[in-house]
Amino acid sequence: MRLQKFWVWVSVAVMFLGAGVVNAGTLDDVKAKGFVQVGVNGQLAGFGIPDEKGEWKGLDVDTGRAVAAAVLGDIKKIKFVPLTAVQRFTALQSGEVDVLCRNATMTLSRDTSLGLDFAQVNYYDGQGFLVPKKMNIKSAKELDGATVCVLPGTTTEQNVADYFRSKNMKMKPVVIENNAELNKAFFAGRCDCLTSDASQLAGARSVAPNPADYIILPEIISKEPLAPAVRHGDNQWKDVVNYAVLAMIEAEELGITSKNVDEMLKSTNPSTQRFLGVVPGNGKALGLEENFAYNIVKQVGNYAEVFERNVGPKTPLALERGLNALWINGGLMYSPPFK
Amino acid sequence: MYQVATLAVVVLIGYYLFSNTVTNLHRQSIATGFHFLEREASFEIGESLIHYSAANNYARALLVGILNTIKVAFVGIVLTTLLGTFMGVARLSSNWLVSRLAAAYIEFFQDIPILLQLIFWYAVFYDSLPSPQNALEPLPGMFLCNRGLAFGIPEPHPAFRWITIAFLIGCVGVFFLRKWARKRQDRTGLAFPVFSTGAAILLGFPLIIWLVFGAPTAMDMPRLSGFNFTGGVNVSPEFTALLLGLVLYTAAFVAEIVRAGIQAVSKGQTEAAMSLGLKPWQTLNLVILPQSLRIIVPPLTSQMLNLTKNSSLAVAIGFPDFVSVANTTINQTGQAIEGVALIMAVYLIFSLVTSAFMNWYNKKIALIER
Repeated sequence: MRLQKFWVWVSVAVMFLGAGVVNAGTLDDVKAKGFVQVGVNGQLAGFGIPDEKGEWKGLDVDTGRAVAAAVLGDIKKIKFVPLTAVQRFTALQSGEVDVLCRNATMTLSRDTSLGLDFAQVNYYDGQGFLVPKKMNIKSAKELDGATVCVLPGTTTEQNVADYFRSKNMKMKPVVIENNAELNKAFFAGRCDCLTSDASQLAGARSVAPNPADYIILPEIISKEPLAPAVRHGDNQWKDVVNYAVLAMIEAEELGITSKNVDEMLKSTNPSTQRFLGVVPGNGKALGLEENFAYNIVKQVGNYAEVFERNVGPKTPLALERGLNALWINGGLMYSPPFK
Repeated sequence: MYQVATLAVVVLIGYYLFSNTVTNLHRQSIATGFHFLEREASFEIGESLIHYSAANNYARALLVGILNTIKVAFVGIVLTTLLGTFMGVARLSSNWLVSRLAAAYIEFFQDIPILLQLIFWYAVFYDSLPSPQNALEPLPGMFLCNRGLAFGIPEPHPAFRWITIAFLIGCVGVFFLRKWARKRQDRTGLAFPVFSTGAAILLGFPLIIWLVFGAPTAMDMPRLSGFNFTGGVNVSPEFTALLLGLVLYTAAFVAEIVRAGIQAVSKGQTEAAMSLGLKPWQTLNLVILPQSLRIIVPPLTSQMLNLTKNSSLAVAIGFPDFVSVANTTINQTGQAIEGVALIMAVYLIFSLVTSAFMNWYNKKIALIER
């Protein structure tokens, strides 16, 4: 914990000392140094966590890889920096990382007074409650007087206070900075409920001693569009990150997967030809190679593949597509045309 | 001349850092200033000494955090001094078992990092204690569960204000009584039973007031309602774990300081006191301690500062101390520099006040050369 806190202080120190924390030209910097530095969660199953072999896994991790594939053509040219919720924005502001893919909620104040810009949402989430089954609670409205385990440094603390206030109910928060410690305290019964984004609750439940003993209540009390973030004012770099995420969504819509992408190069569909760079134009406009979208799909996959691999029904998180389905399937995932 | 030059360089560096920061923040369009303190905090805090709700502003939320830090530091310092002195004296006991037990305690708690101890005690509380529905009841009206220790307190009554005043008057009275008794002993050689008279004044006075007001006995007892106990006082597991961890850790160091202080007084002093016919506790109280305190107090001060600063590890186990509240504030407002500056300023003030008090005390007990 101390060590993690150290980074906040380093970042603050960088603010004091760094004469040239540059705001523009991240794309050129990344190309020059030959790798992308990506801020990730590090403790959140399904979004950003190293597996038992030390290999990074997760939806946010794959988003970072898509950026590496787009810019450098190789998902291996990447460095992951695990950050706590408290450290993440300072790390981005001070230039510790090039892009932040750490289940961060896009909000107005973060977009403005924090000096950040958010790219395309890579997961539409919402805050909910996880409770032990044996408490026999069916709705969040029955939680008056509850002790609530909550992670600091997120919009979560504020949302849950707002929700209880609006329902005229009382609550007692227990705020623990380390995700793993927080979950341990909850599963040992220190709190009546755990509150967080629904995807995180699913992740926490998947590592519970007995996952079947816990249920997620039906109420979703907030909108949490999770999106990668970059520094404000670097429009070129923001475009790159934006279209790296959108490329995964567009690929799904065009029916291009990591398996069939090579055959698709021969497709006669003009949209597919433009998308994969067979008909050039898009790459040059973004300052990237013409085959950047090909590289993303080939090495990372389309959005459906990334979703199924990390958080889908066959994973321990067992999340449905829901809001994260393509717009043609009733979800919110929608990419502007690649032309 | 050199001093002026050095000062100029320091000021210049300071100015450079400040202006550089402001420029950097401005360029990255990050908001600056302390205006956020007046905005609504809109987050809850687990425990508070003053009334607080999410509708209050950030300034009040931070004040709650400061008071929580003071609470744990104050109680911690008092308990650490008591336990540390006891262990330090026990370490020197002529009884083999007592001295070895004290030595084992000191070695064990000194050698384990404080953060691990905190996490350990916290886990002990939430893992081993039952849920509120199955709470233990060690004494009637006292409940122990994984939500903390709940016990009853007397219901508010006008008598209690007067009892407090009576107690304070008693304290002043005992102070002067002690002074007078000292003088009388110096003059006539007659000892006055200060301890028993003092105790009688301190307890008797408030007791009489209580009886005068008709001996109110109504209690505000904890009751299980819904998820947890309401009413009475609830001491949270976070506070208890933090206090326990800090006290056991720091007291081990204090014990060593006390032992060293006592051993620094030459053995001849003890022998001289004994041969004058003083009892062992009188020897300790009248001859050894007054001399060893002069050696003990300065390092003791730094241990107290350590305890106060270590209390910021509370974030690891969920106690809402100042750092924990400030962290949330930093994250919600995004103003890391202001937040970190506040944290540093508050801890600086804590440390300065503590060491000012200890310096005053040190001067008071210092050898007065005539």
